[in-house]
Amino acid sequence: MSTATETRGSAAAEGKKKAPAGERVADWADGRLGIYSLAKANMRKIFPDHWSFMLGEVALYSFIIIILTGVYLTLFFHPSMNEVEYHGPYTPMQGVQMSEAFKSTLDISFDVRGGLLVRQIHHWAALIFLAAMFVHMMRVFFTGAFRKPREINWVFGFLLFVLGMFTGFTGYSLPDDLLSGTGVRFMEGAVLSVPIVGTYLSMFLFGGEFPGDDFVARFYSIHILVLPGIMLGLLVAHLILVFYHKHTQFAGPGRKNSNVVGMPLLPVYMAKAGGFFFLVFGVIAAIAALFTINPIWVLGPYRPDQVSTNAQPDWYMGFSEGLVRVMPGWEVDFLGHTLVLGVAIPLMILFPLVLVAIAVYPFIEAWVTGDKREHHIADRPRNAPTRTAFGAAWISWYFVCLVGGGNDLWATHFHLSINAITWFVRIAFFVLPVLVFWVTRRICLGLQRKDREKVLHGRETGTIKRLPHGEFVEIHEPLSQEQLHTLTAHDQYEPVEIGPLKDENGVERKVSRGQKLRAKLSKGYYGESGQIPKPTREEYHELESGHH
Amino acid sequence: MSSQTGPDENVSDDENLPAAQEESHGAEVVEADPFADPGLPPHEHRIQDIDERAAKRSERTVALLFTLSMLATVGFIASFVAFPIDEIIYVWPLGHISSLNLALGLTLGVALFCIGAGAVHWARTLMSDEEMVDERHPVAASPEVREKVISDFKQGAKESALGRRKLIRNTMFGAVALVPLSGIVLLRDLGPLPKDKLRHTAWKKGKLLVNENTNEPLRPEDIAVGSLTFAKPEGLEEEDHHFQEEIAKAALMIVRLEPNDIKDKRELDWSHEGIVAFSKICTHVGCPVSLYEQQTHHVLCPCHQSTFDLTDGARVLFGPAGHPLPQLNISVNKDGYLEAQGDFAEPVGPAFWERG
Repeated sequence: MSTATETRGSAAAEGKKKAPAGERVADWADGRLGIYSLAKANMRKIFPDHWSFMLGEVALYSFIIIILTGVYLTLFFHPSMNEVEYHGPYTPMQGVQMSEAFKSTLDISFDVRGGLLVRQIHHWAALIFLAAMFVHMMRVFFTGAFRKPREINWVFGFLLFVLGMFTGFTGYSLPDDLLSGTGVRFMEGAVLSVPIVGTYLSMFLFGGEFPGDDFVARFYSIHILVLPGIMLGLLVAHLILVFYHKHTQFAGPGRKNSNVVGMPLLPVYMAKAGGFFFLVFGVIAAIAALFTINPIWVLGPYRPDQVSTNAQPDWYMGFSEGLVRVMPGWEVDFLGHTLVLGVAIPLMILFPLVLVAIAVYPFIEAWVTGDKREHHIADRPRNAPTRTAFGAAWISWYFVCLVGGGNDLWATHFHLSINAITWFVRIAFFVLPVLVFWVTRRICLGLQRKDREKVLHGRETGTIKRLPHGEFVEIHEPLSQEQLHTLTAHDQYEPVEIGPLKDENGVERKVSRGQKLRAKLSKGYYGESGQIPKPTREEYHELESGHH
Repeated sequence: MSSQTGPDENVSDDENLPAAQEESHGAEVVEADPFADPGLPPHEHRIQDIDERAAKRSERTVALLFTLSMLATVGFIASFVAFPIDEIIYVWPLGHISSLNLALGLTLGVALFCIGAGAVHWARTLMSDEEMVDERHPVAASPEVREKVISDFKQGAKESALGRRKLIRNTMFGAVALVPLSGIVLLRDLGPLPKDKLRHTAWKKGKLLVNENTNEPLRPEDIAVGSLTFAKPEGLEEEDHHFQEEIAKAALMIVRLEPNDIKDKRELDWSHEGIVAFSKICTHVGCPVSLYEQQTHHVLCPCHQSTFDLTDGARVLFGPAGHPLPQLNISVNKDGYLEAQGDFAEPVGPAFWERG
């Protein structure tokens, strides 16, 4: 917002009788843009503070860094697959045949001062962007910040994550180096596995047979225009909604569902968040200075008949890679045609399934609870054991796939058999999420019990007292009212009841299958095994009066 | 919990423990509602709020950080000019890296980081840290607003007569649904139709097997036991326009086995003195299979670890590949060079719908 910017010039000197120049500029803008009404609502907008709220900021800032550095890279990169012979400063590649895309990437790295730095900042920022989105998404998930009214913003965020993956993939494919070309070949194989239209799609994607002369130029426009354009739109919508809904906050003294407690945008949040952009940028620049990423000059230009070992995609593509690696090589004859299930199932069914599982969760939970209220208080994960368990199970699912994607690295680093790892992943894909779900729920329930204990009996002081008759007891110190409130502020749902299936006249009531499922889920979520009842005032008073 | 909270009178009444002291004045509120929201705790002043010297110190710290940033930017410009672009230095533990990149990145990093650190320190120590409260308002509109909007919409819809004039409605839907077809049709020339392109490679009867590395035609005696040789068809040169597309299908790997070790009948027929030639392109998703285990004659694809047994028709032993590597039928021509007896009998590389 430019309302506060000072402008110098003749107008400022004219006289002190008039309003200061800054105000006059603001007046001018307000008469045309109505900025005062906008600023009235937002300039002193309150932002709650919690360390986990900065994860989304890391994602936002790394996205901005990617755009800034990406624009710079377009000034030097040539998205062309014309074959040229290299005669640049990097001697090991002298005389090697390569595409112009590869050559211009070499030039950015060895010919343009600072080009290598910008390239490395761009790539590092992309990895951090995806990681930050992932962790941010988990923060939102585990605190239940996806609940009404924020479900749509959850979906926007999810789409940003998925589009970010594909933007990353099309981006690292551009240099046309041996590693990324192998990834593109993988993509060709994946497209070919699509039933009926696979070969057509492949021909259209590559402008003929793989690799053809077109895919770098096509990926380029997708990478720098189509996907980032959509992402920018989604990002703006995401931020507008964050502003509009206001931030969630954790329960605490004075922090209610109906208010938001924190620091105003101007000046504190602006300074902190603005400063944080520079912190993130600074750290990424330092990482790019110290750690080489994607050294395409080591890999060499792409040739379809060559490959390097340890061929790995960037980390965010790793889970899809894992799905492909551990899938049995099923090929089925279907009326004289080949169904390439070994590739099609992991990429066209499992890959979307893993992603969609987390994306639709908010809607499932809303259906189970039937809760139509707005929620602005962030849950402590322990207070939503089933949700937390589901989230943890999903993460374990994702990471099992990631292990599969790096099975060769696991094998060489830990001296394991690749066979064993593959079988581990195949089994763990089904078993581990269930196990993690169960364990996480138990842990959450245990923590709820501990909270309950603390509220009712106070904090263990560690002070041991000997009673006159010789017995030793530990002194428990009652919690402050702030703590008591914080530990009991969360809502607890009652399980949904379908009621008797027959009414008093013995006539059977019609209960849909959906309703039955909902009741069953609700019982699992909020029944006796799903949560520990939080202490009631009566229980507290009862124990309290016993003390005296 | 093994310890006891002590319902005994003795515990809480006669003690001087802080807990016991607090109870006396907190008791009344607790009686009313122990879990009630006590409201925002009173604001606690920071040292900078009460001690001007501390505030000055903070001011100097912030200014120092901003100054550092300026110096780092000057350093960045100086590095840009001073460091040669091709100088590689060894820095422990980073290894051999470009000195220019290191200097530019670190100065830029410091310049940016110090701005951020300065701003955050300023906000934390000198700007007001008094928490403020904003009320939230429900997102959903009030019933009156809702009524108004719905009736406005109904009025508008009625005035459009879209519901009543079905002919307009239906033809409009038709037109809007059809028009995107032009866009789809326009995409037709993105590429040619597949036809039988994936079924043929550059191999033909009589084509010599040319060593990928030396560019010389191969003789049987060039293929030693235990070595893996890569070959391409004669006449296919790196400078050719379609080299990449052709080599993506025609790439060949050649090994020499003991003829007695060959278990597959057809493989033996298509070999020459134990020399067998298989497609190098993995049948999973098309990576070049290039790791060869001399003892077992297994080859492994480094991308997804599909493993093929070269003594048994390149059967899949392990991994996600769905079918064996295609074999090229080879023999020796009258000049003693290895030559192809024809193209591959089946499509090379990943499987596809029409593969059959």
